[in-house]
Amino acid sequence: MVYQVNEKNFEQEVLAAKELVVVDFNAEWCGPCRMLGPVIEQLAEENQDVKFVSVNVDNSGELAQQFGIQSIPCVVFLKKGEEKTRNVGFAPKSVLENMIKELK
Amino acid sequence: MKYDIVVIGAGIAGLTAAIYGKRAGKNVLVLESRTYGGQIVNTPSIENYPAAMGISGFEFATKIYEQAITLGAEIKFENVMSITDGKIKTVHTNQNDYQSPVVIIATGSKNRQLGLPNEEKLLGKGISYCATCDGAFFKNKVVAVIGGGNTAVEDALYLAGVAQKVYVIHRRNQFSAESVMVEQLQKQPNVEFIFDAQVTELIGEQKLSAININTNNQARIINIDGLFVAVGRVPENEKFANVVTLDQHGYIIAGENCETSAPGIFTAGDCRTKEIRQLVTAAGDGAVAANHAIQYLNQLNQD
Repeated sequence: MVYQVNEKNFEQEVLAAKELVVVDFNAEWCGPCRMLGPVIEQLAEENQDVKFVSVNVDNSGELAQQFGIQSIPCVVFLKKGEEKTRNVGFAPKSVLENMIKELK
Repeated sequence: MKYDIVVIGAGIAGLTAAIYGKRAGKNVLVLESRTYGGQIVNTPSIENYPAAMGISGFEFATKIYEQAITLGAEIKFENVMSITDGKIKTVHTNQNDYQSPVVIIATGSKNRQLGLPNEEKLLGKGISYCATCDGAFFKNKVVAVIGGGNTAVEDALYLAGVAQKVYVIHRRNQFSAESVMVEQLQKQPNVEFIFDAQVTELIGEQKLSAININTNNQARIINIDGLFVAVGRVPENEKFANVVTLDQHGYIIAGENCETSAPGIFTAGDCRTKEIRQLVTAAGDGAVAANHAIQYLNQLNQD
C-alpha cells in the first residue's frame, strides 16, 4: 500500500515513522513518474516492513521545495526523519530493491 | 530458453516489431533494461503521430505495450550485456541467456552529456535533460539552455514562459533548429543568447549555482539556478560492436530494410543509421525489421 501524503500529515507519517520510509515525489503530467508508480506499488507489497508514501508535487509544492526537488520522479529514502539517499529519474525495480535492502 | 525472435529494447520500434512478429505466429521475447516506451514517455503531448494527436507519451507507450502483451509477446525487464553470433544467436542478459535464430536490436538513444565533472552529481539538483519534465521547478528562477538544435530551442521557448530569465548558450553562432521556432524565441523579452560559447565548469556543491563558460577565449561566470542540457542524443550500441558494424557515431549501419552486417540480426528505430528519427519512423522500422526477420526465419526453416 502506498499512502498519499501532504504537508499536513508529512511529519506524522514520514518524519516520525520508526521504519524506513520511501517517499516517491511525482506528478500526474510526468510520464516517467507514471511508469515508476506501479514499480513502487510492487515494492510496497513485497516490503511490508518499509513504509511507502507518495507526494504529488503539484499539490504539495512546499514539500517538494523543502526537499529541493528539481526533477521528478525522485525517490527519497528516510530513516528516523533523516534523508539517507535519493534516486532521481526512473529506476528499474532491481535498483530500488537494492537501495532498500541496504537501508533496511 | 529458446525463441524465434528476440527483440532488444521495448521502445516504440521494439514493441512494434514484437506486434508484427506475434501476428506472424512467431515466438517473441522483448528484453528491456529500464521501462517500456523509450524516449516518448517524456513527452507530455504527441502532436505529430497520425490519428493520435494530443495523446501523452505515457499513454501512447502503454497502449503499444498492452497491445504487444495481448498478442502474446513476452516482455522481460533484464539488461542485455552482449550477443554471441551464430546460426542460433545467444543474447546474454544480467540474469539469463536466450537463444534465437533472429535478433532485432532496437535500443534507441540516450541524452548526450556535456561530459563535465559534477554533471552526474548535480543531476536533479539543477541539471536536467528534460525541460518539459522539470521546467516547472524553476518558476521565476534563472536558467540556461545549452544547445542549438530543435530540442534546445523548444526547451528555451518553454522555459521562457516559466522562468524569470533564460540564457541560451550555443557553441556556434547560428541555430540548426527550424527557423520558425528560432524567430519565436528571438521575440521573447527574457531570453539572452550567448553564441560561440562552451560550458567549461559546473559550479555548485549541494546544487548548481553557476556555470563557467568560455566565449571568444574569455571566461565568464553566469549565476543560474537550473541548466537544461540539449546537446543531442547518442546511441548505446558499444556492446554490439563485435557482432554488427557501427558507423563513426556508434549507430548500427543498416538501410531501410533494417538489415545489419550480420545475417539474422536486424535493427530498428533510433539506434540505426537513418535520416529521420521520429516516433512514426520508429514504428515503421519495427514493422520492416520484423517482416525481414520473419522472411529470414521462414527461409531458415525451408533449408
